[in-house]
Amino acid sequence: MADAVMEPKVRTEPKIVEPTIFDLSSPGRIGVTMPASDVPETALPPEELLRQDLPLPELAEVDVVRHYMRLSKFNYSVDSGYYPLGSCTMKYNPKINEDTARLPGFLYTHPLQPIETVQGNLALMYQLQNWLKEIAGFAAVTLQPAAGAHGEFTGVLMMRAYHKSRGDTKRTKMLIPDAAHGTNPASVGMMGMQVVTIPSDERGNVDLKALEAACDDTVVGMMLTNPNTLGLFDEHIERVIELVHGCGGLMYGDGANLNALLGIVRPGDVGFDVMHFNLHKTFSVPHGGGGPGVGPVGVAAHLADFLPEPLVDIVDNGDDDMPPLYGFVKPAKSIGRMKAFHGHFGGGFVRSYTYIAMHGPDGLKDISQYAVLNANYLQARLRDTYKIPYDRICMHEFVAEGRFKGSDVRALDISKRLMDYGFHPPTNYFPLIVHEALMIEPTETENRDTLDAFAEAMIKIAKEAKTHPEILKSAPNTTQFGRMDEVKAARELVLCCWLPEGYDLSQ
Amino acid sequence: MTYIPTSPKERDAMLETIGVKSLDDLFEAVPAKHRFPELNLPPALTEMEALNELSGLAQANENVRSDLISFLGAGMYNHYIPSVVDHILRRGEFYTAYTPYQPEISQGTLQAIFEYQSLMSALTGMDVSNASHYDGATATAEAVNLAYAQFRGKRRKVVISPTVHPQYRAVIRTYAQGMELELAGDDPNINVESQPNELADLVDDTTCLLIVQYPDFFGRVYDYTKLIETAHAKGALVCVVANPTALALFKTPGSMGADIVVGDGQPLGIPMWYGGPSVGFFTTRKNYVHKMAGRLVGETIDNRGQRAYVLTLTAREQHIKRERATSNICTNQGLIALGTAVYLSLLGKKGLRQVAELCYQKAHYAAQQLSQIDGIGLCFTEPFFHEFTLCVDRPVAEVNAYLLEHGILGGYDLSQDYPSLQNHMLIAVTEMNSKQDIDVLVEVLSEVNHG
Repeated sequence: MADAVMEPKVRTEPKIVEPTIFDLSSPGRIGVTMPASDVPETALPPEELLRQDLPLPELAEVDVVRHYMRLSKFNYSVDSGYYPLGSCTMKYNPKINEDTARLPGFLYTHPLQPIETVQGNLALMYQLQNWLKEIAGFAAVTLQPAAGAHGEFTGVLMMRAYHKSRGDTKRTKMLIPDAAHGTNPASVGMMGMQVVTIPSDERGNVDLKALEAACDDTVVGMMLTNPNTLGLFDEHIERVIELVHGCGGLMYGDGANLNALLGIVRPGDVGFDVMHFNLHKTFSVPHGGGGPGVGPVGVAAHLADFLPEPLVDIVDNGDDDMPPLYGFVKPAKSIGRMKAFHGHFGGGFVRSYTYIAMHGPDGLKDISQYAVLNANYLQARLRDTYKIPYDRICMHEFVAEGRFKGSDVRALDISKRLMDYGFHPPTNYFPLIVHEALMIEPTETENRDTLDAFAEAMIKIAKEAKTHPEILKSAPNTTQFGRMDEVKAARELVLCCWLPEGYDLSQ
Repeated sequence: MTYIPTSPKERDAMLETIGVKSLDDLFEAVPAKHRFPELNLPPALTEMEALNELSGLAQANENVRSDLISFLGAGMYNHYIPSVVDHILRRGEFYTAYTPYQPEISQGTLQAIFEYQSLMSALTGMDVSNASHYDGATATAEAVNLAYAQFRGKRRKVVISPTVHPQYRAVIRTYAQGMELELAGDDPNINVESQPNELADLVDDTTCLLIVQYPDFFGRVYDYTKLIETAHAKGALVCVVANPTALALFKTPGSMGADIVVGDGQPLGIPMWYGGPSVGFFTTRKNYVHKMAGRLVGETIDNRGQRAYVLTLTAREQHIKRERATSNICTNQGLIALGTAVYLSLLGKKGLRQVAELCYQKAHYAAQQLSQIDGIGLCFTEPFFHEFTLCVDRPVAEVNAYLLEHGILGGYDLSQDYPSLQNHMLIAVTEMNSKQDIDVLVEVLSEVNHG
């Protein structure tokens, strides 16, 4: 309320670039006509059960198409340009995946159909489970979790259930490095467990001394992203896992950075007990402007009984004349169900299946090798201009500092200025252990020309920071929209729009 | 090298810039004994071969558009999806963008989510909507998180109607592990005669949330106004799990006094896709917005005086609050939420009501015809929308096997979740079922009984 006093008395109406779908509504317009009823009429239920009005917009088909087409043009996307958003793996999304995901046999099957009528779907899920097991070195995989964070929650529930099943009830602490994604501690918080933060050492590895001191018989396990959010492969990974296992804890792998490891190393081989995959990062499921993701979880043999239900398995082996019959099974000590039905089948499993099938073992290794090549190339090109606080051979991404001596230019300003040069900015202010972090993940699907153009823009911006800092402070200047008043959004909290005042709802 | 745009010559030049000799040299931090495993996977297919393989898998299914007449619902419904919806979803500008962290170049996604929030609030009769959850089940579980947080963990009982979708209840049980919650009412040994108002007896001063479904899992429509009043009198919040198509016809949970309205948005223009991805909608009252999980888009202006949109109240979320966040949700169902927004914009006020009325009319015609068959009748007398429970005179599995031989996907077998409901079949009818489909179902079901 105190803020209200600060408000200027006279307010100018904001300029509307694109009206909302409600603003565009006009009483009586029709977008879609449904067929007339072909059955004898039944009276509607009593009036007191019915709703009086339905305040939805009214538009013609062309109005709707043009509205969303105009909105789409306000977006930057992978299809339109370079998107080096660290930890998000914004790789090219192959077009064929869009076609396979929409095959009618996939689109129009109901999740509760008898298994005999959906053998194609089940065979695909069975194969994808097996491929993910093979790629990451695990004994079993659930495809059910809807996103990475959902997969983490699944994994932590299994870790808890594992200890509980052994009567080991005093384990309440989860070890999480300071460089971790926010979802790691949040997943643990949902379980009422305690988070113990483990610092990183000067080479960006887990600090072994701190880890050793934290390892005791109250540890549930450790959640580790490897390569970590600095883009670095932990040089003592085997020792880290040895310490955690040594105190009876389990090792959780955050698979967000798996794009660096395909055909390079299998987390299961190194000793990870459980790991989630982000199919929407590593296996080219498009990010969709914020989802849907897909977050399968792989586990070592000793955790397989705890997987969520249901899993796909062969329920009848068949013989020379009959193919095997695929169906659903429930693991013996399952933690239960993570969501309704079987996971993100159409948008997730079909696209990833297509992608893995089109790469094979060599193609998958190429993905990681070139993702790492591109990141190191860019790091080499920027090293003289931007401080790289943990400077060694990186994996698929690296983190630079977005600040310069004697200048008040910040990572945010550099990011906004990159938009003027036609690029999407890197992730900023993450990981938290680097000042003014710029986290850059080029992915394998960018060519050298693009990387060079990006490096040159970054170098130019560093010069501008000295000569014309005001350009950076006011950036972006060439985009349709400028910097936002985020305080106003949070203070006024306008979260919905409605039909315009006086709109005729009677028609 | 399927999608890698780098030539061998360029690769070598880049390696030289880095100062290493080969690609393999980039991986020395990886333990040598585990480095470069041979992956036992089939060799790469070309696009043409992959399309063939995937087409083969898709064709191995029997789908409800060309192979089977479907009367199966139970949480996922076969509706008509206007062509425009997928044309918009196929815009690369929408589907290849990330979460809109940079609002200056993400206004398309941000305005679309803002409109989605507005459309869902209008449909449910609530004040605010978040940007989506994974599905109806997880949205319901997040309602438990909201209520738990609202009372700071001091009220630890959640009352769940046994007629909430069985899989939704299962997800709540999973989510509740480690929260020390007491779940009451969640009992498969249901007394079908009991009325929703009797749930009020389970609500007491330790209850943070009461959850009911609308229409309930058996298809019945109840006015929950009195039940909600009673629960409120005991200080509990009430969450209604709603079918969004039904809300075009029936009074809103908002008008009954619900505090949270959630559900699955799949009926609004999203293909069934063998169960997902769909979208969980989550709407609530303004006073609970700070406890609500998930992303939220708010209106603002940019520095040029233009109306614009940003992610707001982000301090609630995991990347800021870490272990103290209400939920760990990060990625949600952005593109699917966009699909429902396009569907609702296109159908609008008249079209959605028309779809709802078609469902209602056809389901009632089917119920009336089916209940005339000897040995078959409606199990309940309450009003229903597009789904109803049919009592048959033998196990549903047996009936469905016979229907399937005749190209009909029968209703859901309720005995799978409720042991006392043997011979209870849940039938769904939508605008996709013609009178002829229904007449065929009636004919074949009559044969079962005389066969």
